[in-house]
Amino acid sequence: MSRAETVSASVQPRPLWTLGLFRDELRTTFRRWRTLALLGVLAAVPVLVGTAVRIETGDGSSGGGGGGGPAFVSQITNNGLFLVFTALAATLPFFLPMAVGVVAGDAVAGEAGSGTLRYLLVAPAGRTRLLLTKYATVMVFCLAATLVVAVSALAVGALLFPLGDLTTISGTRITFGEGLVRALLIALVVAASLLGVAALGLFVSTLTDSGIAAMATTVGLLITVQILDQIPQLHVLHPYLFSHHWLSFADLMREPVHWEDLTKNLGLQVLYAAVFGSAAWARFTTRDVTA
Amino acid sequence: MDGTSATEQTREGRSTGDAVVVTRGLTKRYRGGQLAVDDLNLTVPAGSVFGFLGPNGSGKTTTIRMLMGLIEPTSGTAHVLGRPMPRSARAVLPHVGALIEGPALYGFLSGRDNLLRYDAADPTADPRTRTSRVAAALDRVGLTTASGKKARAYSLGMKQRLGLAAALLRPRRLLVLDEPTNGLDPQGMREIRALVRELATDGTTVFLSSHLLDEIEQVCTHVAVMARGRLITQGPVAELAAGARGRLLVTTPDASDAARVLKEQGLADVVAEGDRVSAEPPARDLAEVNAALVAAGVRVRGFGVERASLEDVFVALTGEGFDVAG
Ligand SMILES: Nc1ncnc2c1ncn2[C@@H]1O[C@H](COP(=O)(O)OP(=O)(O)OP(=O)(O)O)[C@@H](O)[C@H]1O
Ligand SMILES: [Mg+2]
Repeated sequence: MSRAETVSASVQPRPLWTLGLFRDELRTTFRRWRTLALLGVLAAVPVLVGTAVRIETGDGSSGGGGGGGPAFVSQITNNGLFLVFTALAATLPFFLPMAVGVVAGDAVAGEAGSGTLRYLLVAPAGRTRLLLTKYATVMVFCLAATLVVAVSALAVGALLFPLGDLTTISGTRITFGEGLVRALLIALVVAASLLGVAALGLFVSTLTDSGIAAMATTVGLLITVQILDQIPQLHVLHPYLFSHHWLSFADLMREPVHWEDLTKNLGLQVLYAAVFGSAAWARFTTRDVTA
Repeated sequence: MDGTSATEQTREGRSTGDAVVVTRGLTKRYRGGQLAVDDLNLTVPAGSVFGFLGPNGSGKTTTIRMLMGLIEPTSGTAHVLGRPMPRSARAVLPHVGALIEGPALYGFLSGRDNLLRYDAADPTADPRTRTSRVAAALDRVGLTTASGKKARAYSLGMKQRLGLAAALLRPRRLLVLDEPTNGLDPQGMREIRALVRELATDGTTVFLSSHLLDEIEQVCTHVAVMARGRLITQGPVAELAAGARGRLLVTTPDASDAARVLKEQGLADVVAEGDRVSAEPPARDLAEVNAALVAAGVRVRGFGVERASLEDVFVALTGEGFDVAG
């Protein structure tokens, strides 16, 4: 069996090859028209919110006073930085997770549907590595999507409103510089809040050969979870819904910061990532690839 | 996968010898219950150009999927390059180029970027030589000038060529081509045949499934024939064609007389069609048959034995029926 020996001898996987596939996966994902369209929509949200607030206050009214709206709206006219918090609070319940659901849902199912999955597997990309690469790419997309919202909001905020020192929810004053740091921290927490949806989407993606079906299912699950979270009779379930602690990122604007809900949120995301990540792995490494 | 018995293992060990693909009792039943491949024992000798034939739905693609580790066999084993599949996929597949069920491409990427991506997916491919290998593969399939075009704008044949290029990104020990000339123009088909011959002389084993039997006949050294998931026969092309006897063919304006004389001479299965009369060739000397025709006043234009084509052999083995087995 000298053949078998030559097979093993001449094939040495390069140590950094995973990064090669990862880089390529990033390039491919961010060159998709769909990805760019999603990011475009996300960038437009702060523009809409900012313009709406500007027009409202331009009429002479004092800026809404809150009501049911996101916590920071009333502050935007005083300080454009609050548009970042408002925009993240406005996109986190739906736009951001929907975008992540679309990208994650399509990750494996889309490749299976177009048949490219079989060629990646005979390349051979390796099923575990491919799945890890896909998840890492979706994570990067979570971060990119959140940053797009934040940066767009910061730009619009700076353009339409004054910038300067700001008041935290607890009433203390912090400098603009520290405000920026908080904004960045909040963006990171928001991005991390999406990891649960990302893992769920990736798992759904391994179940079908249709990218559209996987995307629709993931977004459908997202809406369902949001609705369940609103039904008081189901309060025993609420702490386990991935979206339940999402808006806890506002606690980063307190002085001192309230960590309790924040850590609950991050812990829940890690739990979802572990459970659905394992499920996706179990499914993907054993399934028949026939498409 | 169920365990293989010890006797099975040793039998494999002996017969593997110089074989690139060996399957023993390979069986696949799809989730829906369809038995697609049934107890397949296939041996593909190293260095051969191996034609894999069978009517639609006979299990060719299913077999190839199992060899490539894309699907798990229901039972039985498959060894590729001496290693079990799908377990050794990571060690085996870098040596294997494959075109399975037609090409699959990223429509929004250019032809070149498609190849770069597939090459990046291979952990053993050297990134430093990537661009030059991609350029060489594009050149080999005649796509150099179209390589910057988005793959979605490619024609069927161009996509097929790009799929082939992906299989040729690196020197391969085994090339698995599932209907490679699908959609190709005559030049493209010739090119593929030339390519297959060239690769074979370089020592690459080529496993080729196709419905174009004259194509198989022109390039293959060995063939296997499948029908309804079972292997009907396998072996060198020459043996297979020799096994099926040719037909005696007489061309004459006096067809009915000729047919009568041939029957009188004791030939079986005489068929007259226009000015052509054919029959099973007799065991005795054909010269006597010809003499009898001439003596009876039959004007003979042509007389001789027509070698059985692979198509005749194929139809004889798999049946005339046109309907796909359910
Ligand atoms: N993914 C699948 N799920 C269920 N059954 C399948 C699947 N793919 C193929 N089959 C069935 O398995 C059998 C063999 O199919 P296969 O694709 O292997 O045939 P083939 O020899 O490649 O045919 P063709 O010449 O048309 O390409 C067929 O009866 C087909 O219906
Ligand atoms: Mg087929």
